[in-house]
Amino acid sequence: MEKVNNQKSNDIKRRKFLKNLFLSLSGLFLPGIVSAATKTGRLKDLILSLGYDPKEHLWGMGIDIDKCIGCGRCVNACKEENGVPRDPFFFRTWVERYRIYDNRETLVDSPNGAIDGFKPSINDEGNIIRSFFVPKLCNHCDNPPCVQVCPVGATFKTDDGVILVDSKYCIGCRYCIQACPYGARFLDPETRTAEKCTFCYHRITKELSPACVEVCPTQARIFGEIKKKPSPLVRFMRQHVLGVLKPALNTEPKVFYANMDMEVR
Amino acid sequence: MLIFLVTAFIFMRSILVPPDFGKYGHYRASAIDEIISQEIKYAGHTVCYDCHDDIVDLKKTGYHKNVACEVCHGPAALHTDDPGELKLQAPRERGYCPLCHEYISSRPTGFPQIVSASHNPMKPCISCHEPHDPKPPQTPKECDACHAEISRTKSLSHHVYVDCIECHQTPNEHKIKPREYLPSKPTTREFCGNCHSKDSTTPEEIPKIDINSHGERYMCWQCHYPHLPEAQ
Ligand code: HEC
Ligand code: HEC
Ligand code: HEC
Ligand code: HEC
Ligand code: HEC
Ligand code: HEC
Ligand code: HEC
Ligand code: HEC
Repeated sequence: MEKVNNQKSNDIKRRKFLKNLFLSLSGLFLPGIVSAATKTGRLKDLILSLGYDPKEHLWGMGIDIDKCIGCGRCVNACKEENGVPRDPFFFRTWVERYRIYDNRETLVDSPNGAIDGFKPSINDEGNIIRSFFVPKLCNHCDNPPCVQVCPVGATFKTDDGVILVDSKYCIGCRYCIQACPYGARFLDPETRTAEKCTFCYHRITKELSPACVEVCPTQARIFGEIKKKPSPLVRFMRQHVLGVLKPALNTEPKVFYANMDMEVR
Repeated sequence: MLIFLVTAFIFMRSILVPPDFGKYGHYRASAIDEIISQEIKYAGHTVCYDCHDDIVDLKKTGYHKNVACEVCHGPAALHTDDPGELKLQAPRERGYCPLCHEYISSRPTGFPQIVSASHNPMKPCISCHEPHDPKPPQTPKECDACHAEISRTKSLSHHVYVDCIECHQTPNEHKIKPREYLPSKPTTREFCGNCHSKDSTTPEEIPKIDINSHGERYMCWQCHYPHLPEAQ
């Protein structure tokens, strides 16, 4: 008898719990429901009206390390174009300087992402064996770890191979930031959502090149189609021995480096 | 109970999952539209030609042919829409060009670099290099062809902008038969006073002295080397 009673009160507790759970959970989603209902639809099919079919493209970038002069104009233009906060730590693209010394030590620096370029290396010139600049950005992996870990499906790969973030659905949990082996993501301090390079998706869908490519004075960055035969990128890829960053991770990057030193990580 | 939960789930799902989810892939299709409707700030390198064809034509054969206008002038989409709305800035100051041209050992060899501390340090780069066609200038190898040391000294001095012929009236023949036709040299304290005396009307940035009491017993150049005047 006692047992039954116990069971019953447990039952009631459980039901109450479920009810409360349901209520509180729907409360949690309520703003989402409202915004989803009001915000979708308005802009729909803008992409089609541009006459742009993502299925007809596959984008990638080539980077020729032998051409980069470390002026950092790409970093600056990226922030200007995309309204990235000017403070350090928030970068969609940045430039690293590698200095490899005769004692095999390797020094990598990127003062404020190189937005103001680099200062000459002083005093230790004599001991440097090799030195060069490496521009970095999201690799738009074909096999993106960041997309796999997103709990709400807010980051995704488009048909043209670009990894994007739906900032309306991003809950700012930072999983993707942790998951990216290239450190290419950050949490926007204002919106509290994940941010990253979009290959300037708003430009490339309108036949403009990404801002970093637009301003690169030495054509160290080559942007274009990976698959189409008469594309500058395809020519670049044919002419150079290419490397990608961290190939062992099988992320299959679509940013390809030419003349890359083994020391680059 | 189960039925209730299932209907609740389906109901919630129909509200939570946006109608256009999965249209192109496993994501919300209008997210793409939101992303591509972002404002464009860099107009691109082709549009300037419509209004600045002279500069575009000048630049396209020079060393800076691959340096986009907007690298130096900043994002220009607003300017191209309405030139009156956004007036672009030009980087006239000397500190700007070394961003690309300062000697840094990490830069690819072959890229033209200078050490700005010793490359004509007192003058803005654009006084010698036209930024839209920056070939090294053919300076009239005039005085400095033969008086190289003096002109180099002067180019590092405060008198960098004072032309040789301000102080030396030079007959043209001097450049051909220099020893036969000598230029003039200043002979009086008042000559320097024209620019430096307290009651001269020259620009404010030129330092002034009282010519009657300042080193009054000597010629100015007995204390100040005129090609590298220093006031320590
Ligand atoms: C629709 C015509 C138009 C287009 C396109 C245009 N400009 Fe201009 N631009 C003007 C006019 C007009 C002025 C003079 C504005 C003034 O003096 O107020 C001007 C002035 C300038 C100046 C000089 C500012 C100064 O200090 O005197 C720069 C630099 C400039 N434009 C750069 C550009 C660049 C770079 C582009 C291409 C991205 C561009 N313009 C495209 C019309 C245009
Ligand atoms: C290397 C940097 C650089 C690049 C690249 C550059 N400019 Fe300039 N531009 C300058 C500087 C510096 C000045 C100021 C020149 C002066 O005051 O003598 C200037 C001045 C101007 C002016 C106003 C003065 C004038 O001569 O009428 C216009 C207009 C202009 N630029 C347009 C352009 C356009 C269009 C392009 C691309 C075709 C371009 N610039 C590319 C550096 C640059
Ligand atoms: C964004 C980078 C960038 C900036 C800023 C820049 N330049 Fe250049 N400059 C270049 C490139 C790229 C070349 C071409 C190099 C080559 O031909 O390999 C070049 C070439 C030159 C040359 C020709 C050198 C030679 O080989 O004889 C001169 C001179 C020059 N620039 C002067 C200037 C001046 C003056 C300024 C400032 C108004 C300036 N540059 C700003 C990138 C830049
Ligand atoms: C007084 C005139 C003058 C000024 C000012 C000047 N230059 Fe030059 N520049 C020259 C001359 C002359 C040459 C060619 C001879 C030489 O290499 O010194 C030259 C050559 C260069 C070269 C080519 C070097 C090479 O190795 O090919 C670059 C790059 C350059 N200047 C950039 C600049 C920059 C950047 C500034 C400003 C910081 C500047 N210049 C200021 C006169 C000037
Ligand atoms: C063809 C080479 C040549 C050129 C060009 C040249 N000079 Fe001379 N200059 C000389 C020689 C040689 C002397 C005589 C030096 C001596 O006698 O010790 C001289 C002497 C002088 C003297 C000293 C006169 C004196 O009484 O002691 C001055 C001042 C002078 N030059 C100024 C100039 C100026 C200013 C220019 C440019 C407008 C110029 N020179 C161009 C070769 C040249
Ligand atoms: C601010 C005026 C001034 C300017 C500018 C100037 N000089 Fe002189 N220069 C003098 C004076 C004063 C003397 C006489 C010095 C003396 O008698 O000790 C002199 C002397 C000379 C002499 C004779 C040798 C010597 O060193 O005393 C030569 C040669 C000369 N100048 C060449 C030049 C040349 C070339 C330039 C341009 C690059 C130039 N000067 C610019 C004031 C000037
Ligand atoms: C054409 C005008 C002019 C004449 C003539 C002239 N100067 Fe100057 N002087 C200048 C200018 C311009 C400056 C630099 C001011 C500045 O630094 O902005 C200057 C600076 C100086 C300085 C200060 C340098 C310092 O370290 O601050 C001295 C000293 C000087 N001149 C001495 C002389 C002597 C001596 C003569 C006569 C041989 C002379 N000047 C003739 C224009 C002139
Ligand atoms: C006896 C040596 C002597 C003579 C002659 C002389 N000066 Fe000076 N001058 C100096 C000294 C020392 C200074 C620095 C200390 C000072 O400011 O008094 C100086 C400073 C200057 C300054 C810089 C003042 C400032 O505020 O920065 C100018 C300009 C100047 N002298 C011009 C002249 C002129 C022009 C003559 C000829 C009329 C002349 N000097 C004659 C010794 C002399």
